[in-house]
Amino acid sequence: MHEIAIRKHILTVEEIFHEGGPPAKTPQRRGAVVAVIHNPFAGRYVEEIAGFMDDLKPLGIRMAQDLAAALGGAEAIEGYGKGAIVGAAGELEHGALWHVPGGYAMREILGGAKAIVPSAKKVGGLGARLDVPITHINASYVRSHFDAMEIGVVDGPKADEIALALVMTTGPRIHARVGGLKASEVKGQDGLR
Amino acid sequence: MKAKIRKIVTVVEETRSEMGLVVDPPTRRAASVAVIENPFAGHYVEDLQELIDIGEELGGLLAQSAVNALGIEGPGAESYGKAAAVGENGELEHAAAILHPKLGAPVRKVLGKGAALIPSSKKRGGPGVALDIPLGHKDAAYVRSHFDGMEVRIPDAPRPNEIVVAVAVTDSGRPLPRLGGLTKDQIKGDDGLR
Repeated sequence: MHEIAIRKHILTVEEIFHEGGPPAKTPQRRGAVVAVIHNPFAGRYVEEIAGFMDDLKPLGIRMAQDLAAALGGAEAIEGYGKGAIVGAAGELEHGALWHVPGGYAMREILGGAKAIVPSAKKVGGLGARLDVPITHINASYVRSHFDAMEIGVVDGPKADEIALALVMTTGPRIHARVGGLKASEVKGQDGLR
Repeated sequence: MKAKIRKIVTVVEETRSEMGLVVDPPTRRAASVAVIENPFAGHYVEDLQELIDIGEELGGLLAQSAVNALGIEGPGAESYGKAAAVGENGELEHAAAILHPKLGAPVRKVLGKGAALIPSSKKRGGPGVALDIPLGHKDAAYVRSHFDGMEVRIPDAPRPNEIVVAVAVTDSGRPLPRLGGLTKDQIKGDDGLR
């Protein structure tokens, strides 16, 4: 059991009205929540790290709740993704610790979303940027909802920290028009279509 | 509304610990950022009144949105700052037209007061350029604990014909201030300096 030591918490909300085309009736909202936490495994190789996934669960739930609330509530959320930037004294595997608690938290808050939560991770220094992929919460193949949101922390992650991110959107890309599976056609059984 | 807004981005940053010490209450700052069309991109225009009016609109809009993001009432704000980044087809003077003549008054209206100059920065740049928004206490520019800065960037802006306009508001100073100088409880708040 490791204590979760949070240095910083950043919440970003984008409200997109248009991107050169006709303004949407309802602006698209995209949001990211990032927590910069101490990496308890920094600086050495530790074999047994998996227990930290359970330690991270309450943090994941809080982050998912905060983010959904900032975007207008869980029922407004249509897309999601997650990511991690591991500071220089850590390893990529430490970022992988976020898959279960980050994904579990969003699915729980969003009422049992079906699709796999797309993710990205890297090792990086202060100010490193990460493009967090986004897909529809119930069907990965919904083409209008393929998106990404760039996140980063100006003064993090320090070498012994990890920046953990969740992202959510309230709708398709603002001028989505390249066909493919539509959100209105989702069966929602297998998480894919 | 004169401003043609493509997107608005709001960031709230909360610092809960620094160098292993708990920051209690956490320091919090918010930036609200609008991406707008630059009506004068690509050619020299002598009269910049339209941008001056846009600055007035955005001052109130962005200050209110930053205060809302912090979940406080306007008078609870402690420091502020503003910044703009002009896309490659614009000129620095366009940023100045937005920031300086009229943006401040509606910001101060939202915050209740604001005797101090609103510190500012401006630049020209491409999409994703970093804006370092300077921060200073809203009623007394010399409050040393509140000298600060907040970096924001919008990955897809400014495009060549756009301007990014940011207003930052805090409910606190730096996380662990310990350099003396004028403190916030000593503010007279008459001249905007002390």
